[in-house]
Amino acid sequence: MKPGSPAAALHPVHEAEDPHLAKQKFLDDAAEHVRDTGHRAFVRKALGGYYTNRDTQQARYRDWEQARDAASLAKWSAVNRLDELLPKFVAAFEANGGQVHWARNADEARTIILELLRGAKAKAIIKSKCMTSEEIHLNAALEDDGYGVVESDLGEFIQQLRGEPPYHFVFPCMHVRRDEISDLFGRHLGTPPTDSPEELTMIARRHMRRLYVDADVGITGANFLVAETGQISITENEGNARLTAALPRMHIAISGIEKVVANLDDLAVLLPMLATAGAGQPMTCYNTLYAGPRQPGECDGPEEMHVVLLDNARTAILADPEQRDSLHCIRCGACLNVCPIFKNVGGFTYGTTYQGPIGSVITPHLRGLADWNHLSGASSLCGACTDACPVRIDIHHHLLHNRRNAAKTAPNRLERLGHKLFAAVASRPWLFATGGAVFRKTLWLLKKLRLPLLGDWLATRDLPAAPAASFRSQWRARK
Amino acid sequence: MSPPASTSARDTILARIREALRVPAPPPHMASQAAGATAASGPGSLTVLPLEMARPWLPDGGETPAEQLALLTDNLAKLRAEVHRAADLTGAAEIVAGIARDRGWRRVAWHGHPAVEPVVAALDCETLRVDDNAFDKNALESCDAGITACDAAIAQTGSILVSSGTCGGRALSILPHVHIVLVSLDQIVATLSDALELVRTGYAGRMPSMVSFITGPSRTGDIERILVLGAHGPKELLVILVG
Ligand code: SF4
Repeated sequence: MKPGSPAAALHPVHEAEDPHLAKQKFLDDAAEHVRDTGHRAFVRKALGGYYTNRDTQQARYRDWEQARDAASLAKWSAVNRLDELLPKFVAAFEANGGQVHWARNADEARTIILELLRGAKAKAIIKSKCMTSEEIHLNAALEDDGYGVVESDLGEFIQQLRGEPPYHFVFPCMHVRRDEISDLFGRHLGTPPTDSPEELTMIARRHMRRLYVDADVGITGANFLVAETGQISITENEGNARLTAALPRMHIAISGIEKVVANLDDLAVLLPMLATAGAGQPMTCYNTLYAGPRQPGECDGPEEMHVVLLDNARTAILADPEQRDSLHCIRCGACLNVCPIFKNVGGFTYGTTYQGPIGSVITPHLRGLADWNHLSGASSLCGACTDACPVRIDIHHHLLHNRRNAAKTAPNRLERLGHKLFAAVASRPWLFATGGAVFRKTLWLLKKLRLPLLGDWLATRDLPAAPAASFRSQWRARK
Repeated sequence: MSPPASTSARDTILARIREALRVPAPPPHMASQAAGATAASGPGSLTVLPLEMARPWLPDGGETPAEQLALLTDNLAKLRAEVHRAADLTGAAEIVAGIARDRGWRRVAWHGHPAVEPVVAALDCETLRVDDNAFDKNALESCDAGITACDAAIAQTGSILVSSGTCGGRALSILPHVHIVLVSLDQIVATLSDALELVRTGYAGRMPSMVSFITGPSRTGDIERILVLGAHGPKELLVILVG
């Protein structure tokens, strides 16, 4: 994106310009957010209903844990057969009259989409929620080329008007208060103020209806690609994706290559579990399978349907058998909703397209471990994410794997030296005893000295008071 | 886009995939031994398919038709759909005509179908048929309601299955403010997998371009996670159970 273009202004503060600053940006933003207790309380309150609904819906399963086994098996067997299933999906989809495009990276995907739009002489574009389009910064590219594009999902629409990326990849504007939305709509749409979420939703509904009818191209994402039948599956609550794929004359769907499942049957497991884990629903409101463009005998639907299959470093994750299961992700958002880090630092602090625990696992693969390894440290390793994940991705262990890999490729010499020193002291009892005696007297100094490494750690932690005598001498005294 | 570029992108991606998969990945950690044993048979030759494994653990779909009907009705109510019961299509027509009169509907959209036609015939207001020749999108947008048939209703989830081939295309069940769907009791199936089976076999060789599972009226929680019905799709889903 060209700096200074209106599109550049779309992503103003949330992505560090220089990737080497990503860590510092994370630390600064995190420090700011954890101090904002109002923000934290608001996010917690918004998630309160989710926990209750999720528990109610999970209780309807005769055994949620064993259902998770089946869901993880469905994704594991698909991802590990991508070489067979992806071509199978493509062949079946093309047989239904759809067209497939392959993109190795974000740049190729944008080029493909821009050429499709040019070919279609597109004037008005309507979009439904699509995280892969965020990943490739599609809106900015479209606007740079002079296309108007409107996000139709309510949360995405609000974020588009605010000039912000999504805060949470399933709940894009969960951090925004209703009075802020009321002001926003007042400024952009000229509507009178209201504090009713219902009335605000109706404002967006009324605004959007004409846009669906007038748009000539609709862009959506895809939740699953069904290899058996060549259908793409889209999950949504609002009906905006259905409208986006119904009224314009061209439908473009963007999907990561890892979205393939083998059979329609797999959806009987995955669709309800996606809804329950992600939003505490029995099923999301609309689960729709698209086989291609309008068929003979059908009264509406697009004349052309295109699927853009995006690699963008997914094959690099595939090449790591240890973390391959992070491609099983169905983007339900459950791991964000339960993550203590997410709830305290907020979605923007990550500076990534995919926030929260799964984002911390995959972003180093998508954008480089050297600049993004700090996300692996943004975890208490409590494992809440792994427990919540409907497809059993070993999320918190992958954070450890990333830390280990980073330590291997770029060892922290100071840390290594520290460990060596400690090993030398700890393996010599006389040195350990003397060292301990000195340490007990000088512990209070540590806080004052702001030592490298330790200084940062101590800045936010209280040191315990040193005991008067060592453990060994206390032990001897008791005997 | 020039074909050679895309071909080479396809070849590169497929080559990367094949290369990556040369090293097998261990199956995920499982809660049950049975799942672990199945995974051990390898990703390409699972001895038990995921659905078969999950079937006993997923939410119940009811055994008998009576149980399924009760479950469906209960689930629809929880989803805030409005359920009506009619003995036959004449009864259904009276119910729908009554609702249209009470609410002062001016125009209702429909599609040609043996279950829909008698219901539309009983309406006093203007009607718009979408499937005889190209309809005007603007006219459909201004309709108060759309009436469709369905392909199945699912007890387990309270979902209604519609398709672009059998239920008046894509827009009729999503664009008007109210969606009225006629469900005959013999269209009720127990589970989502039963309905997907219907998709596979029922449409075999002639897959409709769109198949949609509708689970309650359109909704959003995007503003402070507070539930609001009628985000972009129908604000109301009226299910008329016939039989
Ligand atoms: S990692 Fe698991 S819990 Fe997190 S979004 Fe993906 S599927 Fe959901």
